[in-house]
Amino acid sequence: MTSLEHASPATETPMIVMEHVDKWYGEFKALTDINLAVRAGEKIVLCGPSGSGKSTLIRCINHLEIYQKGAIRVEGITLGSDPGTIDAVRREVGMVFQNFNLFPHLTVLENCTLAPMRSLRMSKAKAEATARRLLDRVKILEQAEKYPAQLSGGQQQRVAIARALCMGPKVMLFDEPTSALDPEMVKEVLDTMVALAEEGMTMICVTHEMGFARQVADRVIFMASGEIVEEAPPEVFFSNPSHERTKKFLGEILHRH
Amino acid sequence: MNYTLDFTPVINGLPSLLAACLGTLGLAVGGMVLAIIIGIGGVILRDSPIRPVRWLVKAFVELIRNTPFLVQIFFIYFALPLAGLRLDPTPTAIIALGINGGAYAIEIIRGGVQSISKGQVEAGLALGLHKSQVFRLIVLKPALRAIYPSLTSQFILLTLTTSVASAIAAYELTSVAQRIESDSFRSFEVYGAVTLFYLVMSWLLMSIFGLIQSRYFSYPVK
Ligand SMILES: Nc1ncnc2c1ncn2[C@@H]1O[C@H](COP(=O)(O)OP(=O)(O)OP(=O)(O)O)[C@@H](O)[C@H]1O
Ligand SMILES: [Mg+2]
Repeated sequence: MTSLEHASPATETPMIVMEHVDKWYGEFKALTDINLAVRAGEKIVLCGPSGSGKSTLIRCINHLEIYQKGAIRVEGITLGSDPGTIDAVRREVGMVFQNFNLFPHLTVLENCTLAPMRSLRMSKAKAEATARRLLDRVKILEQAEKYPAQLSGGQQQRVAIARALCMGPKVMLFDEPTSALDPEMVKEVLDTMVALAEEGMTMICVTHEMGFARQVADRVIFMASGEIVEEAPPEVFFSNPSHERTKKFLGEILHRH
Repeated sequence: MNYTLDFTPVINGLPSLLAACLGTLGLAVGGMVLAIIIGIGGVILRDSPIRPVRWLVKAFVELIRNTPFLVQIFFIYFALPLAGLRLDPTPTAIIALGINGGAYAIEIIRGGVQSISKGQVEAGLALGLHKSQVFRLIVLKPALRAIYPSLTSQFILLTLTTSVASAIAAYELTSVAQRIESDSFRSFEVYGAVTLFYLVMSWLLMSIFGLIQSRYFSYPVK
């Protein structure tokens, strides 16, 4: 892993650019005029009430969802300009899901080597070496030969992070990675994410873990009804939110925790 | 009742009956292999982006599942030569069994594929795998595991259905039994023995299916 931390933000093109993105599910407008630029190494926390479009937004970035208007560029590649761009972008962008989505019929190690071997045409030996290194990094190497069903939720989610990292992504997208976990397992996953952030990974995290947001986010983005309502560095976002909806949301979320 | 049992024709015919069992198993295994290929291929085509292809698969399944197998096997046996393809009864029977079993397999395997969560597919796509790779490497095995009991009981049914191939004189147990019976008039003894042979073959296949299950589909699940 190369560190991206010292890249100069001012002079380079952003890692992710979303311009005027609109998305409908049939008649329902899920995203409205989304504009977002994420620099290399930047950590974004995306929050907002249920149904506000957070998942939809990040799923547009790796084209799990199609959008009807606007443009998305990842590493200068414009999504959808030809079919190859989707593959190219997906190889650069790792995603971690709320429900882990590990492949149940493959061991932990095989979960991690499948895509590098099949998508990047990596040799088995190299893919396994990479997988073992990353499993070690998420502190779960000793479980490499087990099947997902034999692991706890927290362990599964750490494997899912390692699996995504095995593709050598430049960006990691997290969609509520701790929401499906028992409370005692949240920390091990957040610690893994913090470590990843400290290594300079570009990250967009949908999460309501406000402690995590304070600790690692460069910017917190608040969404409501498919729009970006407010974005600010965490210090400002939490102590001095400018929009009424943000205040209301923060009131609810901080109250709950 | 003064019927005296006489197993002499069965005992004398034993070598040919046992050989015919192998014929039956050959038809059954051949039919299953073809049915699996048609089943998996059909499931892929059933969701093809091309509408006429999807429609054809649906029509095929409807046609096969709503007509008698005996008629299907006659149709194939007598229709293929008209299309210039002359096959012996045994390969014809394998094709007919494969087509018939394949239509049922399409519906069964499709159920398995639909039971796999969308999240599995999305995880595969997000890792940069193509749709076809996702199907082959991620969806297929858990899908087959989910419907394995239905698929194997369908295959036992297919095995028993091989007896219908006696209608076109394919080489299998029932047609050999018919010959021995018509030479000896010992119907009860001959069909009694044949019933037992079918039962043993079904058990044999079921234990093989069990072995395959424990070898390939026994990964732990929640
Ligand atoms: N496949 C779909 N078809 C139709 N509507 C959808 C679909 N997926 C999401 N939506 C709708 O789009 C809106 C945004 O959904 P999205 O999942 O992005 O919200 P979210 O902010 O991630 O919510 P949550 O916090 O509950 O995960 C919701 O109103 C949802 O009902
Ligand atoms: Mg969501």
